[in-house]
Amino acid sequence: MSDKFTVEIISPDQTILKQQTNEVIIPSFEGQMGILSNHIPLITFLRPGIITIKAEGEKKYYVEEGTVEFSNNNLLILTLTARDIAHLDKSKINKLLQKAEANLNTQSTDKDRYLASYKLETLKEISQ
Amino acid sequence: MPSLDDLKKRIKSVKSTQKITKAMKMVAAAKLRKAQESAEKGRPYSQKMQNIILNLTKSINDPQSAPKLLVGTGEDKKYLCVVLTADRGLCGGFNSNICKLAKTNFKKILGEGKELNIITVGSKGYDQIKREYGKYIIKRFSFKDKKNISFNEADEVGKEIISLFNQNKFDKCIIFYNNFKNVITQIPQAQQIIPAETKNLKESNDENFLYEFEPEEDEILEDLLPKNISTQVFKALLENAASEQGSRMTAMDNATRNAGDLVDKLTIDYNRSRQASITKELIEIISGAESL
Repeated sequence: MSDKFTVEIISPDQTILKQQTNEVIIPSFEGQMGILSNHIPLITFLRPGIITIKAEGEKKYYVEEGTVEFSNNNLLILTLTARDIAHLDKSKINKLLQKAEANLNTQSTDKDRYLASYKLETLKEISQ
Repeated sequence: MPSLDDLKKRIKSVKSTQKITKAMKMVAAAKLRKAQESAEKGRPYSQKMQNIILNLTKSINDPQSAPKLLVGTGEDKKYLCVVLTADRGLCGGFNSNICKLAKTNFKKILGEGKELNIITVGSKGYDQIKREYGKYIIKRFSFKDKKNISFNEADEVGKEIISLFNQNKFDKCIIFYNNFKNVITQIPQAQQIIPAETKNLKESNDENFLYEFEPEEDEILEDLLPKNISTQVFKALLENAASEQGSRMTAMDNATRNAGDLVDKLTIDYNRSRQASITKELIEIISGAESL
């Protein structure tokens, strides 16, 4: 039994990534979640955070939202905003950071505030 | 009989029209490749999203508590029709085909005494529909100045649909667009997006996984369904863009060929009348010489 499984990241205009991997860590809505192969079928959605894909070497993607399905050793991540962190430059991060900071106080519901604060935290983490 | 000069002008003008249609065909062909590519790239996202929703729906036992976006309001009185067309003409029957399909549906809806609201996307559709159904149009979008359609535009339309739904403005929502099958064939389609058409989806994946949901199913659905609306609109827009270019390409190809035929015919006419005038002049000279 191999301990690898397929991970796919798909955005509306393209398939961003499809590869074999050993472990993926996703920022699920209720907290970080590590997924290994033969996980039970799962559907969840994401909060802003970092997806870490561990194969040979690590790949990290910054996401703002998304939906995740795991079945048959196939992890599917549907998101509008996956960005490879290796390709994100400083100025872009800072721009997003400023936006997020401005947004934080204008949210009306608890859920939005929760999401906004995670966005800010994640961006701060990346920018360091 | 037109004079030689007239014929000459005519030939010249048909030739320059042919040049234009030929150029338009080339441009459409180039754009088609790009549009087709992005339509194909966009397909997995909407398909997989449908799949997830299908799986979620299966696990909902109590339809009463399910979100309204999925199961509908339970009524069947008010309709919202979203007609997606192009912003530019000269693409054969592309726009008219969508409008024709939409109009048949409007007639049916109104005939059954139901309420009708229309949103048009693309200026050509608006122009065609406003004549007969102008008073039903509540909003129109046009993305004329956008070079490439991105998800943002679809999201704009999707949000509008959802906000209308939340205001209880309609019970069912149908979108009209052209499905891109290949360069020559585009099929106008009507797709119901609210409530989601889950029955038509393939029931083939019988493996009923028992999914773990985190958080609860309802919450996931609430997050997912509005996204799905935008995704469906986006898919329709992409299919439409590819269809438009394909349709334009075929139309312009035909036009170029027709112009070629016309030039041939006119050239024959021109040569004939030139020959006729030469013969006439010769006869005049000869009969003049004879009478001397």
